[in-house]
Amino acid sequence: MRDLAVLFKGNNLQRLLGGLGVTLELSLVSVALSVALGLLAGVLMTLKNPVIRAAMRLWLETVRIVPQLVLLFLVYFGMAKAFNLQLSGEAAAVIVFTFWGAGEMGDLVRGAITSIPVHQRESSAALGLTRGQTWRYVLLPQAARRLIPQAINLATRMIKTTSLVMLIGVVEVLKVGSQIIDAARYDAPQGAVWVYGAVFFLYFFACWPISLAAGWLEKRWA
Amino acid sequence: MENVLEIRNLKKSFDGNGVLDGISLSVREGEVIVVVGPSGCGKSTLLRCVNGLEQPDGGEILLDGKPISAGNLVEVRRQIGMVFQSYDLFPHMDVLENLSLGPVKALKRPKAQVEEEARQALRRVGLEDKLHALPRQLSGGQKQRVALVRAMMMHPRMLLLDEITAALDPEMVREVLNVVLDLARDGMTMLIVTHEMRFAEAVADRVLFLENGNIVEEGKPADFFHHPTTERARQFLDTFEFTSVKKP
Repeated sequence: MRDLAVLFKGNNLQRLLGGLGVTLELSLVSVALSVALGLLAGVLMTLKNPVIRAAMRLWLETVRIVPQLVLLFLVYFGMAKAFNLQLSGEAAAVIVFTFWGAGEMGDLVRGAITSIPVHQRESSAALGLTRGQTWRYVLLPQAARRLIPQAINLATRMIKTTSLVMLIGVVEVLKVGSQIIDAARYDAPQGAVWVYGAVFFLYFFACWPISLAAGWLEKRWA
Repeated sequence: MENVLEIRNLKKSFDGNGVLDGISLSVREGEVIVVVGPSGCGKSTLLRCVNGLEQPDGGEILLDGKPISAGNLVEVRRQIGMVFQSYDLFPHMDVLENLSLGPVKALKRPKAQVEEEARQALRRVGLEDKLHALPRQLSGGQKQRVALVRAMMMHPRMLLLDEITAALDPEMVREVLNVVLDLARDGMTMLIVTHEMRFAEAVADRVLFLENGNIVEEGKPADFFHHPTTERARQFLDTFEFTSVKKP
């Protein structure tokens, strides 16, 4: 209990919150790019063209099979070695998380579009609506309802996975935490419990409202 | 009377399997034609060709004397109402929005006028209290009544009804068919596919018996249902009959 004080020593708390800021900033940029590119990718994934199909499949399987950490190392260290391209840790993180998020998002968009029964399209056509009107009033609103809860889940997974970027030198909330623990190793040997506990709550309060929103939308649109 | 719909030598096959093998048929204004036949005989495909949900391989279809083509399909669909077997209301819209979408967006009619008409139409089918209900809050029979009203809101020249009671519980079939009977009484031109033989007999001016993509027999309901002339039609109608297996 005595070691709880380490959290409030000096500007430790501000540093942790600053770390959380880095985490959220990386997540926000990656999620935003993933949504934008994922919408486009999702429409491409519904196409019948075999070349596009194969390319999309390869992309999706890659981001599903290869651990995010391997992708991070590949982009951060691999690019430097192979092309002498020294990316910052943040840039490498955004590239990897967008590559991953846009692929997963694309698959969610594809699923949302193809899961709409074909007779929805047909009964809209039978009413004399044009293709554009059918998309706007009938198909997209239904796709969005199916998509949004899953997209929000993906966003929370991305926020959590950004903790990996400390391994390529980005000082985000988890890294700040371990720095604080290291610095206080002798004064507060039990500090790790409290610092990581604090990090736990910071993640929790970043992701919880998003999960709540997902649950609320799911109930509303069930 | 003039022909609302004329079908000439309509052909359609899927992957080399002939489904419609040269169907010709005229539907006069105010006429109700019921198409019956075993499953897979091409009944639904016939209806789907009429409003372009399937592309015919041969022959032509004329609505009020004008051939239906890819170029005028949207226009044609505004004049032909269609109701399907599956409940096909838009699940994210309430009943009123379902009824207004076509008239307001496709026909560009004023929203207030359309909504007033929707209210009156719902009252006629006994659903005036469901104006703001979502489709999932309705029973199957209620959904199909709304679907019928939605098709009628377009003021169509004719209606295509594709087995609209096939997915319903038996006690809900009646409430839906009553609406169709009312429409027939009002002189609506209809092309109906159904497995409800008693209903077919009551509503039809003419009955077509379709098998393997051909019209095998055609006649007035009283003749067709009680004195079918072809052996195949007799066999088909017998499948709806049961005789007692208990000895008296």
